[in-house]
Amino acid sequence: MTTNQRGFLNSLWNFFCSLTLTMFLLITLAITSIIGTIVPQGPPPQEYLQQISPFKFKLYQALGFFDMYHSWWFILLLYLLTVNLVACSIKRLPHIWKIITRPVTILDNGLERSLANVVSFKAHGAPEKLQEQVAAFLAAEFAAPVATERDGARHLFAQKTPWCRLSVYFVHLSVIVIFIGAIVGSFFGYKGFVNIMEGDSISKVTTRSGKDIPLGFSVRCEKFSVSLYDSGAPKEFKSVLTVLENGKPVPGYEHKSVIVNDPLTYKGITFYQSSYGNAGECRFLVTDLDGKNAVPVTVPADGSVTLPDGSSMHVLETTPDIAPYSPGLSGPAAHLEIHTSDGRSERVVVYANHPELNLAHAKEHGKGPVFYFKGEEKRMYTGLQVAKDPGVGIVWLGCLLMVVGIFAAFFLSHRRVWVRIQQGTVTMGGNASKNQAAFQQVFEQLAQKLKTECSGEKR
Amino acid sequence: MTSSLLFNVTTFAYLVSMLLFFAFLASRAAALGTAGIVTAYAGLAAQSGAILLRWKESYDLGFGHAPLSNLYESVVFFSWTIVLIFALLDLKYKYRVIGAFVMPFALLGMAWAQLGLHSGIEPLVPALQSNWLLYHVVTCFLGYAAFAVACGISIMYLIKSGGEERADASSGLMALFPPIRVLDDLNYRAIMVGFPLLTLGIITGAAWANYAWGTYWSWDPKETWSLIVWFVYAAFLHARFTRGWVGKKAAWLSIIGFAATIFCYLGVNLFLSGLHSYGGGR
Repeated sequence: MTTNQRGFLNSLWNFFCSLTLTMFLLITLAITSIIGTIVPQGPPPQEYLQQISPFKFKLYQALGFFDMYHSWWFILLLYLLTVNLVACSIKRLPHIWKIITRPVTILDNGLERSLANVVSFKAHGAPEKLQEQVAAFLAAEFAAPVATERDGARHLFAQKTPWCRLSVYFVHLSVIVIFIGAIVGSFFGYKGFVNIMEGDSISKVTTRSGKDIPLGFSVRCEKFSVSLYDSGAPKEFKSVLTVLENGKPVPGYEHKSVIVNDPLTYKGITFYQSSYGNAGECRFLVTDLDGKNAVPVTVPADGSVTLPDGSSMHVLETTPDIAPYSPGLSGPAAHLEIHTSDGRSERVVVYANHPELNLAHAKEHGKGPVFYFKGEEKRMYTGLQVAKDPGVGIVWLGCLLMVVGIFAAFFLSHRRVWVRIQQGTVTMGGNASKNQAAFQQVFEQLAQKLKTECSGEKR
Repeated sequence: MTSSLLFNVTTFAYLVSMLLFFAFLASRAAALGTAGIVTAYAGLAAQSGAILLRWKESYDLGFGHAPLSNLYESVVFFSWTIVLIFALLDLKYKYRVIGAFVMPFALLGMAWAQLGLHSGIEPLVPALQSNWLLYHVVTCFLGYAAFAVACGISIMYLIKSGGEERADASSGLMALFPPIRVLDDLNYRAIMVGFPLLTLGIITGAAWANYAWGTYWSWDPKETWSLIVWFVYAAFLHARFTRGWVGKKAAWLSIIGFAATIFCYLGVNLFLSGLHSYGGGR
């Protein structure tokens, strides 16, 4: 390798280790993320396209703004952040590891000068005796010490929670673990949806990209129901589902209720209550004004039909009992919308129990036809989100690691105390990796106590 | 006794507390500072009682739920967490004057909630019927409140450091302010409390989303903005730990962080669309 190459690699390494890069990436990610909260994500809606110029549209599309969190440059930023935090960790870890595993146990002059907290006092008595005394004191008041003898001086070293220096690396690691979980989920999982009619079963779901995925088992919707509060606001959407293997119900997965915020999981695939609808049908009898040419007409709840005279109709809503809305009337009723062949549209309420009203309304409006409501078969279907995400456990592990790591990083501190016994002088020094002010108080109390103890022995 | 009466008492107490703190600043009479903090504690007690009472009232109506479900309730809770974090700070450090810069946030919240927001107790829509609501909202708002306190302290820092450049800082208003190093440290400490809470808030939100519809992260505007806030404070902490960003730079970053927090909380609901629909609670 030439010096040039080595120089290049070196500066590349330094680039990835630099905190300037970290700051740049965090701030850039924060600022660019805003774009995706302003520009609609996914296929841009028509109204939005009308608001922006063709030039802007082309630009946004080229920059991937319509799916920006998956655009190459956003992903690149995330990868750079990952490389950056790995490189930073690798660069600093050996040093930290050394502090933890091979602590400096000797309080020499250089170390003494570097410490913020140092106290020195005279003590009488044999050095061995003093050492014993200090060791017992540290073990009782701080942490069990390590003793070393060098150049006629006796050194004691004690420390608390040295491992908390690693917590920041656990936080960095947790980010990577979360990314791994997300990647596992995107490769081996899917998100889909499915509509199931009451009484029907399905064995495959459709993903967001429109692909059909077989489940390997079937799910039957036994029933779907909506309950309301007195105010008319929705209280609960509930599907009753049964899981079937080879056409037979799976024990423990029969008639399971699935409501919003309470999904059903089977074989790693989870079904979430998401939407619903009515796919039933309404039956009508259509006649001329004089009651001739009676034709039965069946209208699907979500569709329209064309009538013999060329007009089309669909049902807006139905009720099993009209009484609360029209006092004096009773029985089922349907609200229809009719589009005539000459382009007009009109709305009409038709009744099951009041044929004379149906006829009167038709006469009022001219030539007919007359509608008679014959009843409705309700058939609800449930809309379920379906998700399989084998990476989610890894993501939670990463989150746990992150929370524990952040708490340790902020609220724990590596505290060290050295004591040197040399020629009748006891010197105590100490430092903490964080929160110096709090440690200073602890240290001063400790030193005061030690001083009293060492001189108290003499008395 | 109804919760709405107690909320009125709370708002009034916060107003009085703020005015007492202002008077304390102007007069430097220690008794006014004490009166200010006592009133703030009284307000906090009244508000705690009011929140519990509202909780109970919702059960009396037959659809009990924690009072955290719409904009009114969340603004009230935000105000409560701000005073709570300030109270904890006061118990530990006893810098009364911080109240003059924190109580206005709490008062603003209560006044807006009571004057401008719909305060009816509504039953929970299916999407909100989950225990995760409690964990998610409590952690998020405690985090937001810590950032609010950090922002108030940063404003004090900038005022005091500006004063120091101009004239003798030991005289006048500035004499009451904690030393500039203390303000810088308190800013950091408040963020140190807020950041883990925000992290927990994002994680509980993700857990809830995963439990409710199988996607722990969907780049919804609210989620994205919470991540933006997280990035800003992560940048703050990295700058501080390893580059020694203290003082004015740190104070400005803290204020920017709180601006992003407020946008995440309110701006997203008012200007952008997404999953957190409580912005429509007017």
